[in-house]
Amino acid sequence: MNRFFDLPSDLQHSWFGLIGLHLREALLPVLAGLLAALPIAQLCVRFRWLYPPVLGLTTVLYAIPSLAFFVVLIDYTGQTELTVMIPLAVYSLVVLVPAIVDGVRSVPQETLAAATAMGLGPVRRYLQVQLPIAVPAIIAGLRVATVSSISLVSVGMLIGNQGALGNLLNDANIYHRPELAVNSVLTTAVLAILADGALVLLRLLLTPWMPRRTGRPARVAEAARPDTATPADAAVPALEDAAR
Amino acid sequence: MIRIDSVTKRYPDGTVAVDRLSLEIPDRSITVLVGPSGCGKTTTLRMINRMVEPTEGAILLDGADVRQQPVNTLRRSMGYVIQNAGLFQHRTILDNIATVPRLLGWDKRRARARAAELMERVGLDSALAKRYPYQLSGGQQQRVGVARALAADPPVLLMDEPFSAVDPVVRKGLQDELLRIQGELGKTIVFVTHDIDEAIKLGTMVAVLRTGGRLAQYAPPAELLSAPADPFVEDFLGADRGIRRLSFFTSAGLELTSEPVVDVDATAEQIAAAAAAGTPYLLVTDRDGRPLGWSEPGELTAGAVDPDRLLSPGRPFEQGRDSLRAALDGAVLSPTGWAVAVDGTGKVSGVVSQAAVGEAIRAAHAEDRTDAKVAG
Ligand SMILES: Nc1ncnc2c1ncn2[C@@H]1O[C@H](COP(=O)(O)OP(=O)(O)OP(=O)(O)O)[C@@H](O)[C@H]1O
Ligand SMILES: [Mg+2]
Repeated sequence: MNRFFDLPSDLQHSWFGLIGLHLREALLPVLAGLLAALPIAQLCVRFRWLYPPVLGLTTVLYAIPSLAFFVVLIDYTGQTELTVMIPLAVYSLVVLVPAIVDGVRSVPQETLAAATAMGLGPVRRYLQVQLPIAVPAIIAGLRVATVSSISLVSVGMLIGNQGALGNLLNDANIYHRPELAVNSVLTTAVLAILADGALVLLRLLLTPWMPRRTGRPARVAEAARPDTATPADAAVPALEDAAR
Repeated sequence: MIRIDSVTKRYPDGTVAVDRLSLEIPDRSITVLVGPSGCGKTTTLRMINRMVEPTEGAILLDGADVRQQPVNTLRRSMGYVIQNAGLFQHRTILDNIATVPRLLGWDKRRARARAAELMERVGLDSALAKRYPYQLSGGQQQRVGVARALAADPPVLLMDEPFSAVDPVVRKGLQDELLRIQGELGKTIVFVTHDIDEAIKLGTMVAVLRTGGRLAQYAPPAELLSAPADPFVEDFLGADRGIRRLSFFTSAGLELTSEPVVDVDATAEQIAAAAAAGTPYLLVTDRDGRPLGWSEPGELTAGAVDPDRLLSPGRPFEQGRDSLRAALDGAVLSPTGWAVAVDGTGKVSGVVSQAAVGEAIRAAHAEDRTDAKVAG
């Protein structure tokens, strides 16, 4: 058991240090993705014709393997965390943009008309009506993006040990210590489950106005890549129910 | 006063929703826009608060073009009630109602106090204040919609089919409530509906629109019923407009008789005296004078009247307050063909036969025609 947490010194981090690093490399891109997706989605809502090409573009970007991204980026950003995080941020758009667009579009016509009729201008309408009502859809998108990002960080080990917990996989190989690989996979999975649970809690806190018993917001899971499936996905419904 | 001055709305796709419409909407009264689906009612209403801009013509509010004000200032000075309430699902009932006061810069406490006051005014239990819209019934949501529109005390209220999504019983309650509130507040209300009965019940003036956004007739409801301008309006009013028109004639002039009325403790002499009036039935009342039911004189035994064996008294009408329509309804529904009139306390003030109601209707029509001639 002690060998389980006895990490090789070339990692330059304790187990907790790796966890912190992993979370940072996974979550900052999602946050950046969210900040980018909000205005992009708003443009897509405003100009309907923009949505299909934007959707196509995010899908194409998502289809680029991370390795190819690294090859291009490494010339500019070197073997750094940034090289790992940029592709992750770009990937998150494929989930977040449609989630926000669907969320904002789900606001009933009469609600919007009522807001207009009461003298809310476009900015107030967006901030006070559309965005709050889109919160469940946005968080559903964030859940998929976050879990997928946490699992994808590991590939960063390919560019000079920038994969946080993923670096353990490399070391398991080099030092013939399979328990390090087990450590990597389990820790990543637990992080994904916890992050997902935190988002579920956040949604419950932000949406006291939603009927609690009937209908949960549709998850945008279809948009997720098959290879991002983690144990967290199976645990999600149970966790959500536990949080109720 | 709101003046709609030769307004036309042509949507970008070429649809003419409103065609050279002119209307003068009087202050402090309810003006109803009614017509079949797609005839331009919503478009007209939304041109008043500039959610839709007219293609031609102008809308004047107290003499000034509505386009002279900043659009959001204009909108905040007009309450708007929308079909299905259109509540903000993410805000509590209290905060929904406080929306416009907050936009106008009231502080939170004052806005909420005002919202609480309005909840009471529209008949909402204060226990609902902290709830969210999904926790309310359709009728309650509509009340919140009305309260929200009234929150900043705007002089003008625009209502677009506000009661169409609720069942008939709740709708009647909401209509009565609106009339009561209007009696207290005296707003200038423009009310859109496709239900002609609602238009006739609520409207001081009723504008009937036909498909294509043309005005078919603009008149008070009684005039609409008595003198529809053309076959379209006549058809739109429906088959029984003659009966419905009776709602506008008072029952005050009906001649009642109390001869065939006896109370439950009547003596044999009293029963015999009542029977001598010659009517086929006698009305029995309780000791307080409230109607119990009808009976043939021969069936009544003094001192042993069995209320359970009496024929139902039907639905009594209150003379003076109810219309001739209620009196006729009472007579038609009564098993004996006689309507029972009561006073404000529910005591029988007399009975009246179908024939006598018919006589009163003829007299009222004749008087109405003379009035029309004098007025014309
Ligand atoms: N934005 C729009 N673009 C094009 N045509 C429109 C638009 N809005 C309404 N119309 C058309 O204008 C006409 C009048 O519409 P409006 O909504 O004013 O009707 P309405 O009388 O309120 O009908 P309803 O009783 O069904 O609500 C209809 O033929 C409708 O299809
Ligand atoms: Mg309409």
